[in-house]
Amino acid sequence: MTGVLLRARQVTRRFGAFTAVDDVSMQVQPGEVVGLLGANGAGKTTLIRMLLGLLAVTSGSVELLGGVPDREHRRRLGYVPQGLGLYGDLTAAENLLFSARAYDSAVPALPPALAGRADVLVRELPLGAQRQVAFLAALAHSPEVLVLDEPTSGVDALARAALWDTIRGQAEHGAGVLVTTHYMQEAQQCDRLLLMSNGKLVAQGSEADIIGSTTAVAVRTGDWAQAFAALNAAGAPVMLAGRAIRVANADPGELHEVLTAAGIQATLQPVPATIEERMLVLAREASAS
Amino acid sequence: MTYSVRSATVRFGHVLALDDVTVEVPGGSVVAVVGGDGAGKSTLLRALAGEVALESGTIEAPPKERLGYLPASSGSWAALTVTQNIDFVAGIYGLAGEELAARRAELLDRASLTPAAGRLAAQLSGGMRRKLGFIMAIVHRPELLILDEPSTGIDPVSRIDLWRLASEAAASGAAVLMSTTYLDEAERAAHLVVLDGGKILVQGSYDQVRAGFAGVVTQGAAPVRPEWAWRRGRVRHEYWPGAAPPPGTTAVPPDLEDIVIALSLARRNAVPS
Repeated sequence: MTGVLLRARQVTRRFGAFTAVDDVSMQVQPGEVVGLLGANGAGKTTLIRMLLGLLAVTSGSVELLGGVPDREHRRRLGYVPQGLGLYGDLTAAENLLFSARAYDSAVPALPPALAGRADVLVRELPLGAQRQVAFLAALAHSPEVLVLDEPTSGVDALARAALWDTIRGQAEHGAGVLVTTHYMQEAQQCDRLLLMSNGKLVAQGSEADIIGSTTAVAVRTGDWAQAFAALNAAGAPVMLAGRAIRVANADPGELHEVLTAAGIQATLQPVPATIEERMLVLAREASAS
Repeated sequence: MTYSVRSATVRFGHVLALDDVTVEVPGGSVVAVVGGDGAGKSTLLRALAGEVALESGTIEAPPKERLGYLPASSGSWAALTVTQNIDFVAGIYGLAGEELAARRAELLDRASLTPAAGRLAAQLSGGMRRKLGFIMAIVHRPELLILDEPSTGIDPVSRIDLWRLASEAAASGAAVLMSTTYLDEAERAAHLVVLDGGKILVQGSYDQVRAGFAGVVTQGAAPVRPEWAWRRGRVRHEYWPGAAPPPGTTAVPPDLEDIVIALSLARRNAVPS
């Protein structure tokens, strides 16, 4: 396997007057896990649907496995959409059989955890089990490129670790993976990140590249809820990391004044910013414009 | 006022969904419930909301008109606008006229939903729809607020709005019980409850849970015992519940994610299913 697996060249998609994806260029190579980040509505799913040939571009071009994203190329793709793409009125075993027939591949065996529930309708399985079935269906034909839209949303910690084992395993065997996530710990498991905001690709590269020049101040205090309320009322871009309060792109002097005025004692310390803080700053810039 | 579920057991057919569970939710604080699929999170929340019958045990909760409940499903009507959804629910609680208008404006503003007030719920993003559900659960200023995975599938920016709303409700005296799959969120709660297979694995403040965690978590490229290991980024973590880890392994301070996974593995590996 060589060459670029997924490529967008200056891709734009409009819906009426609304520009969902705005002049985006990106690519995914074999063996790499690329994380696609952005707030709800940033254009991630629209970009994915164009890359897979499920939605036409308004301008620009896309390539799937070096060609146009048609049925022939999609045979070599594994896709797990946000809605999982399973048939709720079929059982887990029937879903896997259907998918295997469609891709002309061998029918995968159900994992031990699901073996006793092969005859349960998919819509009656818990979400985590449905996700396992969707992954099995997407991986059974050994796809060269894997596209996963929020694969671990609503999944518990143990199952999440297992799904990431599968994802990294696919990349180690040479597949290219494009994955969207809202879970920043997951973003850190990717080889490379892309950040979208309002349809535009605003940053790409490592975690440091995504964070860019965003800065942050950590506020340590006995009662986080009180300090959070005071800073929030003052219009500061406040974030929570565990129980620590953090403020993006803030002047420690101004924060100190706000907290003192509210009668709150706190220590303020400049800290490295996070990806979430960059996203918060972008969201505020977008709503201000 | 402290609300509670005491020694609660719930059975659906032959499935034991909750097994002798006791959780207290004091006014003015946020209690977080974490656990996997089928752990019993939703059942615990629904039991406190009076939505499922107990086989045994007791529930202490306010009457329905002083209780707010956001179910795991959307919790709003797709064919109504944001304003219509809020007004409909508010009407049930007898909120109307200027009082309703003021309350609606205040909540829309705090949830950053004012620009979307006239939009159909069906046209909202996932994050916006969750915030609308939250507003509908809280519009009547309930004394007990029960939120079933309010932040699942929501982007980090909207998640902050939701936490702000939940912490404001607690700051004004409400007892808040919420479930989540984001362990960094659970850390933030005054009290956290870890459920697995309908039983409580551990509960307490984050510091108490961390202090009470026995055993060692190590980190390495290849685990010694795969059934006790899990992936964390590029490396694997492994849990040593009893005996000390062998020489050559590197111990790491476990965070809540490690603790929850380690305790789930201990339960799984001790009880062959």
